This record gives sequence, structure tokens and C-alpha cells, in this order.
Amino acid sequence: MENSPMIEVDDLTKRYAGQTAVDGLTFEVRKGEIVGLLGQNGAGKSTAMRMLACYLPATSGSARVAGFDIFTQADEVRRRIGYMPENNPLHDDMRVREYLKFRARLKGLSRAESRARVDIVTEQCGLKDVHKRIIGHLSKGYRQRVGIADALVHEPELVILDEPTIGLDPHQIRSVRELIKSMAGNHTVLISTHILPEVEMTCNRVLIIDEGRVLAIDTPENLQRSIGEGGQVIAEIAATQEELEACWQQTGEISEYDISAAEGDFFRCALTPLPGIDVRPLIYDIVKSNEWRLRELSHSRYSLEDIFFHLTKADREEGEVY
Amino acid sequence: MQAYLTLVRRELGALFNSFTGYVVMAGVLFVMGSGFAFTLHNHNNHATSQPVTEQLFGSPLFWLIILIASPMITMRSFAFEKHTGTFETLMTAPISDLQVTLAKFTGALAFFALIWLPVFAYPYIVSVFSIESIELGAGPLFASMLGVFLIGCVYMAAGCFASSLTRSQLVATLAGFGIGMTLFLLSSIARLEIAQDTWQFQALTQISMLDHLDDFTRGIIDTRHLVYYVSVTFLFLYATLKVVQARRWK
Repeated sequence: MENSPMIEVDDLTKRYAGQTAVDGLTFEVRKGEIVGLLGQNGAGKSTAMRMLACYLPATSGSARVAGFDIFTQADEVRRRIGYMPENNPLHDDMRVREYLKFRARLKGLSRAESRARVDIVTEQCGLKDVHKRIIGHLSKGYRQRVGIADALVHEPELVILDEPTIGLDPHQIRSVRELIKSMAGNHTVLISTHILPEVEMTCNRVLIIDEGRVLAIDTPENLQRSIGEGGQVIAEIAATQEELEACWQQTGEISEYDISAAEGDFFRCALTPLPGIDVRPLIYDIVKSNEWRLRELSHSRYSLEDIFFHLTKADREEGEVY
Repeated sequence: MQAYLTLVRRELGALFNSFTGYVVMAGVLFVMGSGFAFTLHNHNNHATSQPVTEQLFGSPLFWLIILIASPMITMRSFAFEKHTGTFETLMTAPISDLQVTLAKFTGALAFFALIWLPVFAYPYIVSVFSIESIELGAGPLFASMLGVFLIGCVYMAAGCFASSLTRSQLVATLAGFGIGMTLFLLSSIARLEIAQDTWQFQALTQISMLDHLDDFTRGIIDTRHLVYYVSVTFLFLYATLKVVQARRWK
């Protein structure tokens, strides 16, 4: 059972009157993974998550969570999911501890279990200082943690968090991300976001969706490789421009180069290597044998942002042709 | 069962956490106390053939409470949760639509029953302050309270139904008030428009809320009235359940 997928989504589609929110979504998530659902506002992230959490029924297609069908075995699925909806709705009139206990009991934990689990998630989510406060009086960062604590309280196999860091300040975002990372291994986590660095920082795999369809699913690194193909190497070297030009022309591993003057005696060389070759050690050797001086050697990779724009743009253009 | 009880407790707790709950309680106590004072005043040195309970519960003041307080108790049950979004966290917990519907209804009904408890103190107050020792029949009082409870069932179910239809508490209150008022007025309309010996008149007066309570206040528990109240309650709860499930049909 160790390698059986936690989520299997097969051709999941959701149509509202006049529009298709999710269009033939197909993907798999293995146990213990942290997967990020990336897309612009209105791309269908929330709808997909609501279907997985058994809140909305699918128009067609099927999905299984931990082997249970989300439509016919919704009760079993809901027992195994900790779901935090978009905007993190909470009962503002309750106290933090009271709310978490209420949720634990609602999810079927016994009195003793719920007490123990509430203690654990309060600690885990950093809510110890505020556990007697009324939720309506909490700051947004604390509210978010209450929402995550609620999602974790019954030890779900799968945690689904819809936009967990939206509207938080940078400090709060960092602590929520740490919290999500700490879940890896014990839980399978599916988070949605439209913030790209977030996915890069927290997720093992990324699922890019646009207009309800999957554009790509892979690790952040593989996605970078698939369109970036190495990117460029930047080297700042103190030598004459002629020497540098001659040198890069002779080097077979470098397909293109661009030299511009930098501060002092240095020239900035932007080098495009042949696919699949890391030219950085070679550059070092060249610099060393010529007794030049080197002050920067870096690999500029395509960011996930570039990939995202690349993919969604390609998609849009394709759409306009038809 | 556990989820159901947890949710009932939460529903009741929410009414005590909110300002509305206390406003309703205070209002009911005031109006009911006034009714009690009027009844006592009428009995001062006057003999009457009507049971005291019939005077108390047959008065317009009683219906004022039922018609206005009921939708205020139930208005938040579904509408507020839909408004804040907590309905989504509720419905993604392992709890069935039926459990949710029944728990919301039970919580509102429990609150409704609680605010009527002070009425049981009225016979005691009378016995303390009257010069001659007066024996007030316990039978009519308990029968009346059963009647009030059953009316509560109908009105809480109707209120939950109204609340399930909308995200706005205001709309829920108005719709609940509208449903309650219609049920209440049917027999009055019948009296105005239709000759008494026709079946239409019979049907409307049977459906109307107004005429069913009379027997209870006289200390008579008639199964016809029981069946009436219970079936109307079921009708509204069934409708509420269907509205909750309707989310799945979209």
C-alpha cells in the first residue's frame, strides 16, 4: 500500500451553467507528497479542491482519495481529509480551543482523543498563547493557523489547503510555509496558490492549471529544465574584449556569447552553452590557465514564473487560433 | 450521533454567544410577563369560566411572541453559516445532510423550549401572592406547555427552512415571518371569505395554526392536533433537507 496513490483524479469536469470551471482534470498524487496547485485566479483551483473535499459534485469524471470514490464513498473520504477552504471561514464567536475541540468532536474523535489532539495541533501550529482568545479578535496570521490546526486535528491522511498564505504579511507567510513543510512525510498535502515562489519553496511537485485544464505536472526542477534547458551562464572576467571573444569562439561547448563592459576592468559575458552541458568548471579552467581574474560565475535559470508565463501564454495563443 | 450532538450543542451555544439570543429572551420574558400580569388583573375579583391557561395562551401577546421571536431564533441557523462560509467546513466534515438539518432544528427548538421555562413559575407566583389558597390545575398548564412546544416545533422547522434558502439573515427572518404569519392567518381569511359549511372552510381552518392550540390550553391533548403539528414539522424539515441537498444538483 506504500506506493498506492493518495489522490487519483481521472477526467474530472465541473460545468456551471454556461461555463466550464474544471475541464477534464487528470492527475495523481502519491502518499507523503506536497503538491502545489498553481494557477491564476479563476483557473479552477478552488473548484477542483471543493470537489476533492466532497463539497461540490463533479459533472463528469471520477476521483479517488485514499482509494475511496469522492462521490459514492464521500463519508469515508471526508473522514480522511483535512480541508481548509478559501478565505478560511471560522466561527468568530468561539474561542480557539473551544473551536478546535468542537471540530474534533464533529469529525468523530472521542472526548479523550480530541483533548489530546487539540493539545498537539495547538502546539504544532503555534497557538498556545492564544488558545483562550476569541477567534473574531485574532490577527489574520493566527486565524490562518487556526484554520490549518482545524484541518490537522483529526490526523487526516490528506490535507487540502486552499490559498493558505493569502493576505498574510511576509513574516506570517514564512511561518505558515514552515508549518506546511513540516507536514511532509506524515501527511499528503495539496495546496493551491497563485504565488509562484511559494510553490518553489514548499512543494515537491507542481500542477499548473489554466482555464480548468492541466498544463503541466512535474517537479519544479524538471519544469525548469524542460523549457530552460540550462539557461545562461554569466561570468565577469577581467581581460580585454578581444581576448575574451577569441576565447569563446574557440570553445566548442559554447554556442552563443555576448560580452558587455562592466565596472572596472571587467567584462560581463553571457554565455549560452550547448544543451546538457555545465560549462562552469570549463570557464574556471580557462580563466585559471590565462591568469585572468574572475569575480562572478553564476547560472541564471528560468524561474517558475517564466515557465508559468511560457505555458499559459502558449495556451492562450493556441486558443486564439481556433 | 456524536457529530449530531456536538452540532446541537454548538447551535445552542451560538445562540447564547450572540446578542440576538439575549434580545429574544428578554423580549419574550417581557411580553409573556405582561400577558401574565393582564391575566391576573382580569381575574382580580372577577369570576370567569375560562381556564387561566386559555386566557394566557389565547391572547394576541402569545402569538406576538411566536410570530416574531421564532424567525429571530432560526434566522442564523443556515443563512449565517452560508454568509461567513463556515457552511463549507461544516459540510466537508464527516456529517450527513440529515444530521446537519436535524441538529440545526434541535438546537433552535432547545433554545425555544428554554425561553418558555419561566412560565412554570407563574402558578407559584400566584399561590404566594393570593390571599386565599388557590389550587391551580397542573394538567392544563402542562398540556398548554406541550402545545407551545409543538407550535415551537412547527415554527422552528419553518424558520430553518426559510434560513436554508438564503445567505442573508434579514431575508431569512422576513421569509420565516411570512411563512409563520400565513399559517397563522389562514383561518381568519377563511372566516372572512368562505361560508362555514363548505369544505374549503374546513380545510383552511384545519391547516391554520390558530385553532389547534385551544384544546391544549383547556387541558385536552387531542391526537388530531398532535398529528397536525408533527406532520407540518416533518414537512418543513423535509423541505429543508432537500434544500441542503440541492447543492449537489447544481
